[in-house]
Order: sequence, then structure tokens, then C-alpha cells
Amino acid sequence: MRDPILALDGLDKSFGALHATRQVSLDLRPGEIHALIGPNGAGKSTLIAQIAGTLKPDRGEIYLERQALSSLSVAERARLGLGRSFQVSSLAEPLSVLRNVMVGVQAVQGSSYRFWKPIRSDADLVEPALRAIEQMGLGHRADTAVSDLSHGERRQVEVACALALKPKALLLDEPMAGLGPEGSAKLTELLEGLKTRVPILLIEHDMDAVFRLADRISVLVDGEVVAHGDSEAIRNNPHVREAYLGEEAC
Amino acid sequence: MTLTLLIEQVLNGIQLGTMLFLMASGLTLVFGVMGLINLAHGSFYMTGAFVTAWVTGLTGSFWVGLLGGVLAAAAVGAVVEWTVIRRLYHRDHLDQVLATFALILIFSEGTRWIFGSSPLWLNVPDSLSGSVTLPGGVEYPLYRLAIIVMGVAIAIGLYLLISRTRLGMRIRAGENDREMIGALGVDISTLYTLVFALGAALAGLAGSTIGALQSVQVGMGEPVLILAFVVIVIGGIGSIKGALIGAVLVGVVDTLGRVLLPGLFKLFMAPSDASGVGAALASMLIYVLMAGILAFKPNGLFAAHD
Amino acid sequence: MTSLESHIPSRSPSLGRRPLSRETVIGWGLILVLVAAAVFAHLAGEPFYVNLASRIAIVALAGVGLNLALGFGGMVSFGHAAFFGIGGYVAGIGAFHAFDQSPLFGLSGLPAGSDLMPVLWLSALLVCGLVAYAIGAISLGTSGVYFIMITLAFAQMIYYFAVSWPTYGGEDGLPIYIRNSLPGLDTNNPLVFFTLCMALLGLALFLTQRWMNARFGAALTMARLNETRLATAGVEPRPIRLAAFVISGMITGVAGALFADLNGFVGPSMLSWHRSGEIMVIVILGGVGRLCGPLAGAILFVMMETLLGGLTEYWQLFLGVVLLAVVLFARGGVMGLLAGRERYA
Ligand SMILES: Nc1ncnc2c1ncn2[C@@H]1O[C@H](COP(=O)(O)OP(=O)(O)OP(=O)(O)O)[C@@H](O)[C@H]1O
Ligand SMILES: [Mg+2]
Repeated sequence: MRDPILALDGLDKSFGALHATRQVSLDLRPGEIHALIGPNGAGKSTLIAQIAGTLKPDRGEIYLERQALSSLSVAERARLGLGRSFQVSSLAEPLSVLRNVMVGVQAVQGSSYRFWKPIRSDADLVEPALRAIEQMGLGHRADTAVSDLSHGERRQVEVACALALKPKALLLDEPMAGLGPEGSAKLTELLEGLKTRVPILLIEHDMDAVFRLADRISVLVDGEVVAHGDSEAIRNNPHVREAYLGEEAC
Repeated sequence: MTLTLLIEQVLNGIQLGTMLFLMASGLTLVFGVMGLINLAHGSFYMTGAFVTAWVTGLTGSFWVGLLGGVLAAAAVGAVVEWTVIRRLYHRDHLDQVLATFALILIFSEGTRWIFGSSPLWLNVPDSLSGSVTLPGGVEYPLYRLAIIVMGVAIAIGLYLLISRTRLGMRIRAGENDREMIGALGVDISTLYTLVFALGAALAGLAGSTIGALQSVQVGMGEPVLILAFVVIVIGGIGSIKGALIGAVLVGVVDTLGRVLLPGLFKLFMAPSDASGVGAALASMLIYVLMAGILAFKPNGLFAAHD
Repeated sequence: MTSLESHIPSRSPSLGRRPLSRETVIGWGLILVLVAAAVFAHLAGEPFYVNLASRIAIVALAGVGLNLALGFGGMVSFGHAAFFGIGGYVAGIGAFHAFDQSPLFGLSGLPAGSDLMPVLWLSALLVCGLVAYAIGAISLGTSGVYFIMITLAFAQMIYYFAVSWPTYGGEDGLPIYIRNSLPGLDTNNPLVFFTLCMALLGLALFLTQRWMNARFGAALTMARLNETRLATAGVEPRPIRLAAFVISGMITGVAGALFADLNGFVGPSMLSWHRSGEIMVIVILGGVGRLCGPLAGAILFVMMETLLGGLTEYWQLFLGVVLLAVVLFARGGVMGLLAGRERYA
């Protein structure tokens, strides 16, 4: 078995009396999609936030290729290769798709303290950004303002922004939410093509997508990983059926 | 420096703190409930002082003047809320700053137009003139003592208003959740007008009472306004308790700094230099205090919105 | 929806030149009008109006500085008078010590003062940069209303310091008896002085445009629009903001140095919070975050000051009414009216 790219070791987080993450340890290996499922409020987004650095865990450590992350800021983690998409899109609305994606390229290439060369004629910035946009099938929308995009397209831009970082691992928080069947089918296909290049930790409520995409699945309930295994094992796990799929059915 | 002098200066500091509390509580209430930053709050202070001086001159009674000043400030506050301020609740802070800055210009120049540029004077009412001897043998002006007592009474009154009454319940609900207050069926725009007028009345009260200690002139509200900002930044914006503690802290530190620092520098500097440097540093002291507090607590001591 | 003008050259999107935007044309127009007015006034033998044009250029320069923080960086600084005033005092103090050949601050060991404009401008840049760094480093830990109030409070602190420091005039301020000089030029000639002001304004506008089109501007714009996105993209937002705040303070500081020379005087009023408000008003009247907004705002402001001020001593009442109307009903300012809504590429 190959070394994991991303590993969580005993993460623990409470908001006052609410224990949102309980001793979570899991990992993400090269070439895989590891799905994280669980009912609403299980603590999935909270977990992603701790990995990305927007929330500080009370205990535990996160490793990206064996490097401990806990003392690093959000931006430092991003530069090391953690790409993230948000459950609720977080983009600069008035800016074009390209401008949104380009900022990530700029960070990876080094300094943002360059005051002279215009970015629009800087092929070093524009081309990698366009490539990331095209990977998400949005090439024709590169110059459109985000505020003019459809909901689904925004989700794609989020992923493109993450790709622009040349990430070593992707954290995607419900990328299919609100997409409709067509949109999610399209995104499912895109993610499938992506996983050979970047392993993905995927939070998703759309179970069809999860069972189709995921190599492994972890089930989070009340902040705790209650089950873990491949699709088949999870589908048949009685505990999961009761705690999660049962709820999902209604 | 003798002990009695020190006690007297501490009392002066508390008296300044009382004024600042009257200003700051209105500002912080308006910010906490409506999310509005109001630079024109000093204009209500000025309104209170001018109307009090004017009515006292007409009627010969300070008390009628005081009542007039407070009511006028409340009325002006209500009208301003109704015509301008309510258009700003959903705007960003920049718009709020600019619009209320514009209100300052309008109020200051308008007042100058009506009352002229020369200051008005207001005397301490006879019943409160003279001084009292406090335990420990400190002689202290009765009027200033009365201001402190009034401040304590108002702090208690505000506490009771917010924690015990229906209006207070609505104010607290407004702080926590604007949607909920709508769902409760409370007429939110009336509530906002009331809160704003209450803040204006408190500022007017501060201006009216201070009018007997200083000259009443255009622009008198501005230094107090800025000190009140320092107070609520230190105390935590939106917190009445923070406003109270911040006000007393700023009042005492500022007053004592002005008295003590020049003396302190005389210990190791030539007297003429010392008084200059001491005075310069004393005038900066509360800002240093503020920067120090914010460096450790960026949201103030008692942040209401964590 | 996008308007017709935002037609996009189809492939290879953002490579290549854009056609001149309406905003650029208006910006050049404003500059030309101002220069023409100054030259015309000079030829007509009306130094008062030449100085008025200098005043416009200087105030606009202060606005260009603030606009970088406020408009492009989204940092609502209510304390830029601090930099304006410090710049003024640098010019005043330099001239003061150059006049009687005494060392700076009267401390033996320090070099003597200087009345050379380039030296004073560089000193203003340096001092304002340091002060802006200190203020920004503390203030940028906060946001929203706190930031507004803290920048205000720091400016007040400096104001009170100037008022109570007797060496340089305290409350009364400090006269500059002989206008600071530039070798080879007669800075007392109003048109020459105007040319200097205009050149610095033009330089500041040019540089600002360069910066905002470069990587730094991209990061700063993102810091304003969506800080989380910037951090998630791998750029620390706070140092980007701080850099913009420092540069902003430096530009406003140079404007202050020019202003002191224009008036032959520097005093605490240059540091007062009314001045901070005025610089802000200029930026807003012209259009927040528009390159030439401060120039448009300065023209409007100084014209109102002169015309209304000539009619009534209560002209600020009308300024208040106009400002209120702009904030409530015409949020884009002059540039918004003339050039339409702001567009990004
Ligand atoms: N900053 C916070 N402070 C307090 N409680 C929080 C905070 N963030 C999240 N929570 C709580 O933690 C719990 C887990 O939230 P989280 O958003 O991680 O759930 P989730 O699994 O992502 O749910 P969903 O499927 O709805 O997105 C919820 O009860 C939520 O209310
Ligand atoms: Mg979630």
C-alpha cells in the first residue's frame, strides 16, 4: 500500500457543549476518491474546515505528505497543495471566472508583491488558469463575471480555483448540491477523470454519485467515524443503513 | 500631590466618565440593535446644550431648560432617524460614515446659522451651586457630584430597562436576531426609532448638563464623540456594560494622566520641557490605552458579537 | 446582465490590449481641463486661480492615496489626515530648521533641516510609510466598524500630539516663510508649482493603475471582494492589505507636504478628523475605487468650496446636503455618473 497523501490523526473539536469532531483519523491515498458521508450536522464541513485551516482543532494533527499542518495558516496550507471547495460557493462575484482562478496560480508561482507587469498579458498566469478552467469544461465562460454564472457553473469554478493550485489533495464539500441530475452527472464525470491526477476527499449527499465515484467511504455520525470501507461494505453495513441511509430515504 | 487632590481628580475623572457613558451608551445601543455607526451622535449633544441654554435664558429656569434640551434632542433624533438614518441600515459602514458625516456638517452649520458663532453660557442652577465636604475632608463641587449620581442612576435605569422591560426584551431580541423580532410581530421600524431617540436623548442630557460647566458652542460635540468612540471600541461595540466600564476607564485615565504625567516627567527633565512633553503624552494616553487593549482583544473588552 | 459595451473579444480572452475605456478618456479629459485652466489663468495674470488649480491637484493626490486603501483595498480609513498632516509637518519642520540652520528637532548630532523639495518629499514618504505601517499593523487586526474607529483614534492621537508639542507651534501651527525649493526651478512661480503638483499627481495615477493591473492589484482586489477566497487561493490577505495601507499613507503624505508649501503654513488643522472626512468625501464624490475618481471629486469639492464659500459663510451646510444626496441616491459619484458602473476584466 502506498503512503497516504493526507492523513488525519485523532482530530477532536468541540463548540462549547457540542462535540463536533470526535477522535477522527482517516487518510487519503494517491489516485483515490475517499467519500465522507453522514447526516446533516454530522460535522463533515467542520472537519474540512479543520483540514483547510479555517478552524483550529482542539486536539490531533493533520499531515500532508507527512508534513504536520497545525501551525500553518490557511494560505500556507493552500500553497502546500490543499485545494478546497466550499459548501456554499465563495467566489468574487464581480470578477470574471479567469480572475477568480488566476489568483491561485499567482500564489503557487510565488509572490503577489509584483507591481509592474499587467496580469492580463502575463501568459505565465493566464495559461495555467485557462487550463484549470478548461479541465472543468468552462473554457467558453472564462471571461464571464461569476455573478452571471448558473449555480452549477459556480460549483465548477470553485473546483477550477482549487485545481489552479496544482493541488496534492482536493477537499470538496458537496460539489453536487443543488445541481440537478444533469449537472451532477456532468460533474461526476469530471471528477472521475480528475482522481487519477489528484486524490479527492469528497463530501456528498448524492448517494448515486458517491457509490459511483468513491473508492472508499467513511461514515460520520455525530462527529464520529462509525463505519469505513468500500462501497459494497458500506451499502451492506446494517449500522449505516439504520443511522444514515434510513434517514436519507425519507 | 496630596491625597485630597488625588481624590478630587479621580472624582473629576469619574464625572468625565459619566458624560462619556451617556454618549457611548446611545452609540453602542444603536450599533448593537441596528448595526449603524452614527457620527452625528455629537450633534444631539450639541442640540441638548443649545436648547437648554436657550430655554433657560427664556424661562429663567435651568430645570425647564434641561427638560427642553433632552426633549429637543430626542425629537431631533427621531426626525433624523425617520428621514435619513433608516435608509442606511442596509448600507455598508462606509455609506453610514459618510451620510452621518454629512449630517454633522448640516447640523453644525445650521446651528451656527441660527445661534451665531459666539458661545452661549449657562450657569449652574442655584440649588446645585457650591460644594460639599465628602468624608475624608475633600471639598467637591455639588454640581459635579450630582452629575456622577445622575450617571449612576441612568446606568441602573438602562440596566433595568434592558433586562426587565418589554422594550428591553425587544432590544435584546433585536441584537440577537433581526428576523426573530420580525416574526414576533414587533413593529421593527417603531422600535428602531425609539431606540435611536433614546440614544439621542441620552446624548442631549449629557450636552445639557455639561453646558453649565463649559461654553456652549458649535463643534462642542466632536471631541466628546471621538472619546465616546474610544470608549465603545475599548468596551466592545454593542455592550452597555463595556460602555460603562470603558467610559469610567477613559475618564479616569485621561484626567489623571493630564494631572500626573507632567509631574512625573519633572522628576528627570527640566521643568519647562517636562510640562510640554508631559502634556503631549497625556493627551495621547487614552489612545495608547486603546491600542494596547485592542492589540490583545481586537473586539474590545466585552464584545457583544463574538 | 452585461451591457453591450462589455463585448468580449472571443478567444484567448485576456491576452492583448483593451480598447480605451470611457473611464480612461474621462480621466484624461479631467487632467487636460485642469492643466488648461491653470495655464489660462497664468496667462490671464490670475495667480489666485493657478493656486486654486494647484490646490485641486494636491487634494486629488491625497485622495488618490486614500483611494488605494479605501476604494481598491476596501479599508475604510477614517484617519488619513494623519498622513496628510505628517507630510505637511515634514515640509514645515524641514524648512524651519533649514531657515535657521539648526539641527533637526534641535538635537545636536542630527543633520540640519532641508528646504529641498525632493528631500522633503522622500522624508514624507519615509515617515508616513513608517507611521502607516505602525497604524496598519495594529488596526488591520480588526475589521468593520472597529477599523474605522481605530484609524480615527490614531489620527486623533497624532493631532493632540501636534497640538500639545510646543516646539513647532503647537495649536498655532508653523509658518513656512520661504517656499521650499527645487534646484533650477522657481517654485514661487504659481505655474511652476502647479506643474510640480500635477506631475506628482500624474505619477501617482500612473503608478496606481500599474499596481492595480499587476499581481498586487489582483490580490488586493480579491482581499476586498472575498478575503476567504484569497486565503484559500494561497495568498495571505493581511500583509497585502498592510502593503496597500502603507503605500496609501505615503501618497497622502506627499500631498500633505505639497499642501504645506502651497499655503506657506502647516498646523494641526491638517491633522484634524474633519480633514480625514474631507479626503474621504473627495474620494466618494468622485467615485470610490475609480482611478480618476479622486480627481473628479477634488475638482467638484474645491469648486464648491470656492463658489459656495464666496456666496455664504455656511457653505458646508450645502456640502453636507450634496454629500448626503450622493450617498443616498448616487452611489457611484461623478465617475459613476459619467463612466457608468465599474467593470472588471
Ligand atoms: N462555528 C461554529 N460554532 C458553533 N457550532 C458550529 C460551528 N460550526 C458548525 N457548528 C455546529 O457543528 C455541527 C456540525 O456542523 P457541520 O457544518 O460540520 O455539519 P455537516 O456535517 O457539514 O452538515 P451538512 O450536511 O448540513 O452540511 C452542527 O451542529 C453545527 O451547528
Ligand atoms: Mg456541511
